[in-house]
Amino acid sequence: MDIKLREVEYRYAAGTPFERLAITDVSFHIPSGEYVAIIGHTGSGKSTVLQHLNVLLKPLKGEIEIGRRTIVAGRKEKNLKDVRRRVGIVFQFPEHQLFEETVEKDICFGPFNFGVPMEQAKKRAREAVQLVGLPESVLERSPFELSGGQMRRVAIAGVLAMKPDVLVLDEPTAGLDPRGRHDMMEMFSSLQKKNGLTCVLVTHSMEDAARYADRIVMMHKGRVYKTGTPHDIFRDRDSLTAIGLDVPETVRFQRLMEAQLGRPLSRLCLTPEELAEELSRMRRESL
Amino acid sequence: MMEKIILGRYLPADSVIHRMDPRAKLMFIFGFVLIVFLANNVATYALLGAFTLFVVFLSKVKPQFLIAGLKPVIILILFTFFLHVFFTKEGELLAEIGFFTIYKGGVIKGIFISLRFFLLILVTSLLTLTTPPISVTDGIEALFGPLKKIKVPVHELALMMSISLRFIPTLLDETDKIMKAQMARGADFASGPILERVKAVIPLLIPLFVSAFKRAEELAVAMEARGYKGGEGRTKYRILAWKSRDTVSLVLLAVLAAALLVLRS
Repeated sequence: MDIKLREVEYRYAAGTPFERLAITDVSFHIPSGEYVAIIGHTGSGKSTVLQHLNVLLKPLKGEIEIGRRTIVAGRKEKNLKDVRRRVGIVFQFPEHQLFEETVEKDICFGPFNFGVPMEQAKKRAREAVQLVGLPESVLERSPFELSGGQMRRVAIAGVLAMKPDVLVLDEPTAGLDPRGRHDMMEMFSSLQKKNGLTCVLVTHSMEDAARYADRIVMMHKGRVYKTGTPHDIFRDRDSLTAIGLDVPETVRFQRLMEAQLGRPLSRLCLTPEELAEELSRMRRESL
Repeated sequence: MMEKIILGRYLPADSVIHRMDPRAKLMFIFGFVLIVFLANNVATYALLGAFTLFVVFLSKVKPQFLIAGLKPVIILILFTFFLHVFFTKEGELLAEIGFFTIYKGGVIKGIFISLRFFLLILVTSLLTLTTPPISVTDGIEALFGPLKKIKVPVHELALMMSISLRFIPTLLDETDKIMKAQMARGADFASGPILERVKAVIPLLIPLFVSAFKRAEELAVAMEARGYKGGEGRTKYRILAWKSRDTVSLVLLAVLAAALLVLRS
């Protein structure tokens, strides 16, 4: 499902003396089945943009096309359930939203709200728990007796069980250990590749953006600063540092090496694997 | 939606009123609340009104903030006004609409009482608009200090108050976040029959309680880790300083009270 934003503007506390502009003139396109990363400094408006994707916030100007539905500024929107089902959002620290007595009931909360019958919802809960890498036995336990990392997984399973077409992730791995972080990101990526899920990732990690995204949206001071493929974005270090970001570690490493070698490598490598491959190829050629 | 609450917010600025000692402000408000009840005719209300406007002017608070703060209580003010208009039967008869009769005395009384309400709320909201909550607590702690002698835990009460004030915005933020997270999972807080709506609050309340308790525990541990053990022997970071302007403000209030006593009928 495609999502298109056109000149979207939002202000917090609009119409009160505390009014504050959050985003303005934000336009970009999230094509169906793609993995889009939104990067930017804290306060750049990433989270505000994200809440527009399933109409938790309504734009004050501009419009948003979500699949076949168009949300226009100033119009009263009714019956947003379908949009909310199709666009699942995993908020930052989603473990704070758990409330049920058992993990199973909590995961079923979303599906029940969208009218999925009991048996099917339970089946979805089992599948979702497996997807996030937890044993099925966890279903009968209280979410509050799990560890922080497990709670995070349960919360993510709760959104996956809604079977959304678009999965929006706001820093889903913040505070997880490196292993959990890697597993989680791989899981999202495989869902996108195998099931055709559209993924939107808000992240501070340039490494994740470089590795997984098909397209990157750079936000700065409430505006879209630049969009492009990871190669476009990370080739231009100056525009990244200008807004307080930087290239991924691998790119930094490659640049240092190029300085030592006195010549550039034939291509920009975004992941350690790519760089290793490139270096071994160079070595074979020089032998 | 939480961000629209204006009543009780502090607006940082630099004015005589902002710089006043919170103890003086609290005493002033207390005195003002008492003497508002002295007014009972046009002259006294005019004097009170002029005085209040003067204070508002001194505070440099933009009128729009005060008006926005008054919005939630405007219904209450209107209600009292109409109550008096319809049910006070004094003076000459002005109009008769079916069952209702309106007397001149009722209209005058209605205006006076709602004016009294209006002035009280204006001045008290000026306190919160010009004083950071933490200073209000400091002021209260200092004013009630003598009660420590009769074993009233003044310091602990003040601490409780400042902690609760400190966490109001945090909790509001948290409520907003959890609400959005549950709405993203299809929860509906705004429509449906009343029973459904009460049930819909559970997914909001439980996470809120969980996080409030967690936060309380973390705060307690953090305070203990830094050696906190109550008010005994604890020095202060913010030291209250009574200046001549504070004395002047209370003298002005006394003059106002005297003038009202002379002018009231």
